[in-house]
Amino acid sequence: MKIHEYQGKEILRQFGVPTPRGKPCFSVDEAVAVATELGGNVWVVKAQIHAGGRGKGGGVKVARSLDEVRSAAQQILGMQLVTHQTGAAGQTVRRLLVEEGAHIVKEFYLGMVVDRSSQRVALLASSEGGMEIEEVAAHQPEKIHTVRIDPLTGLTDAEGAQVARDIGLPESAVAETVTILQGLYRAFVEKDAMLAEINPLILTGDGRVVALDAKFNFDSNALYRHPEVVAYRDLDEEDPAEVEASAFDLSYISLDGDIGCLVNGAGLAMATMDIIKLYGGSPANFLDVGGGATTEKVTEAFKLMLKNPNLKAILVNIFGGIMKCDVIAEGVVAAARQVHLTVPLVVRLEGTNVALGKQILADSGLPIISGDEMADAAQKVVAAARGV
Amino acid sequence: MSILIDKNTRVMTQGMTGKVGQFHTVNCQAYANGKNCFVAGVTPKKGGQSFEGIPIYNSVLEAKQQSGATVSVIYVPPPFAAAAIDEAVEADLDLVICITEGIPVHDMLRTRQKMQGKRTILIGPNCPGLITPDEIKIGIMPGHIHKKGRIGVVSRSGTLTYEAVGQLSALGMGQSSCVGIGGDPINGLKHIDVMRLFNDDPDTDAVIMVGEIGGSDEEECARWMKDNMRKPVVGFIAGVTAPAGKRMGHAGAIISGGQGGAETKLAVMEEAGIHITRNPAEMGRLMQKILKSS
Repeated sequence: MKIHEYQGKEILRQFGVPTPRGKPCFSVDEAVAVATELGGNVWVVKAQIHAGGRGKGGGVKVARSLDEVRSAAQQILGMQLVTHQTGAAGQTVRRLLVEEGAHIVKEFYLGMVVDRSSQRVALLASSEGGMEIEEVAAHQPEKIHTVRIDPLTGLTDAEGAQVARDIGLPESAVAETVTILQGLYRAFVEKDAMLAEINPLILTGDGRVVALDAKFNFDSNALYRHPEVVAYRDLDEEDPAEVEASAFDLSYISLDGDIGCLVNGAGLAMATMDIIKLYGGSPANFLDVGGGATTEKVTEAFKLMLKNPNLKAILVNIFGGIMKCDVIAEGVVAAARQVHLTVPLVVRLEGTNVALGKQILADSGLPIISGDEMADAAQKVVAAARGV
Repeated sequence: MSILIDKNTRVMTQGMTGKVGQFHTVNCQAYANGKNCFVAGVTPKKGGQSFEGIPIYNSVLEAKQQSGATVSVIYVPPPFAAAAIDEAVEADLDLVICITEGIPVHDMLRTRQKMQGKRTILIGPNCPGLITPDEIKIGIMPGHIHKKGRIGVVSRSGTLTYEAVGQLSALGMGQSSCVGIGGDPINGLKHIDVMRLFNDDPDTDAVIMVGEIGGSDEEECARWMKDNMRKPVVGFIAGVTAPAGKRMGHAGAIISGGQGGAETKLAVMEEAGIHITRNPAEMGRLMQKILKSS
């Protein structure tokens, strides 16, 4: 689960990481009021959306007067911000962060991830702040310093100091940087984060070290023990179809094709998308109904897919293990009747009680196209989507 | 022979009194030699009771001492599952298979740290388990699609493993053992570990390796195979069409920071001499073709 920058900074401050003073705003007047309250003569007005690259897309502006704060807020609030992470349609800006301006002497990068190969939390740090870390990794990998943190000791003072020196922070700022690194690590572990980034971390004119940005992604499997993180969820930033799916415990991802897929199991669901593509079609979604699909779940899954205006056909691909094919067939028939199916439906069943399942489909009187195996079903659904 | 488990394996079930644990314990008991293999259950505070003739103990250690079971399968709910693995490791079991899906990643990081220097092998979490056809099934896979034979199967996915097995069985090629290693980012045995076991197993002639997007386990396995694998391997990677940055169901199935994409995995696997198919419906037929020509 992702959160906004201002929320990430709230978490950082709780763990002793300095950030610029600032507040979230939901209107232009509020932005001006916050700037007035902060005082000073330079402010930064930042679009709050769950995607990176906001600056390049025009979502971050420096203001040198309250009038400039007002006009920046007017420009950004409500804009359709397009970045390399939003897709071409962009994301509507509904929230702003207004902060005091900072005097930047140098920018650095800090990141934290769960490293699969060492099975530890890894700290990534670089002198190349403000840049995409993927870019640095591709062109200047020697500039990324990595520490795989021992969970028994946490990030030690010595490791922290070494990282601070490696990325070129001056000796006078090393102690403060160690505190920041250790705070970031504690936040990462205590809040069950999967990813955290401070990009940039800056050295200011008066020698302080400050987190100018904050990005967090949390483990959705651990949200049950973090109501304070769940409270940060912003449904406006999520795909409505995916939000609706999660309410029914369906795993759903929207894609840009026209063939809906309903599959049991994540691996088979991906493989189903792949085989549709292989036969010249294009999947409209990833949808895993999980191991215990009921008629209700299948019906909701159909409704979700049918909301997509691009949908031209649906492929149901079930390998029944625990889930019996006759049960899923009954679910498909009931769902197809209930939602008044308007596109061709291809169903491929395999596994437990497959004969019974196929019989139920055949006896339903519905125009269901039966696929004998995965390849046959994929070819049939691609042809159906083309209207052949 | 087979890898990891056979008809002489003795198993305890952690979380046997829950609905899921009960359902699968009955199914595992009913498969092949299951009646003799599943000898104990563990549920705290329910020691002394029994389920389907299987005695329940309060702790893993007690279950091990009383029943002789050296392998455990876990159906404990996610918030408590990592602690259940810890208990099995503390009791010095040979093998722990964790079926539970949805364990917090930081719990698994701590558990894997505690496992360092211990001899217990972990499979999963978030996996279907493993099976040696006609001998023993430990997990949630449908037993009837399997057939005894000489092909090994290793996979990160559940139903996609069944797909591979179903294709093999339909073409008359049985399996030595099938291992689901699970879809989580922090787990126990990885592709490379299972591949080593198949390589050394005299009763496995060839292997189907099913991977998916996310991480670099498949690449690590392929690099090892290049110089060490003596048996033909058919490979498939799910998620060629998956968009970057989206978690495709499995917690581990995400392309992030340019890492974990299917094309990179396929290229490294091909380079290592693995027979790649991009068509998930062709895994069985490709295996058949390779075995006929060799």
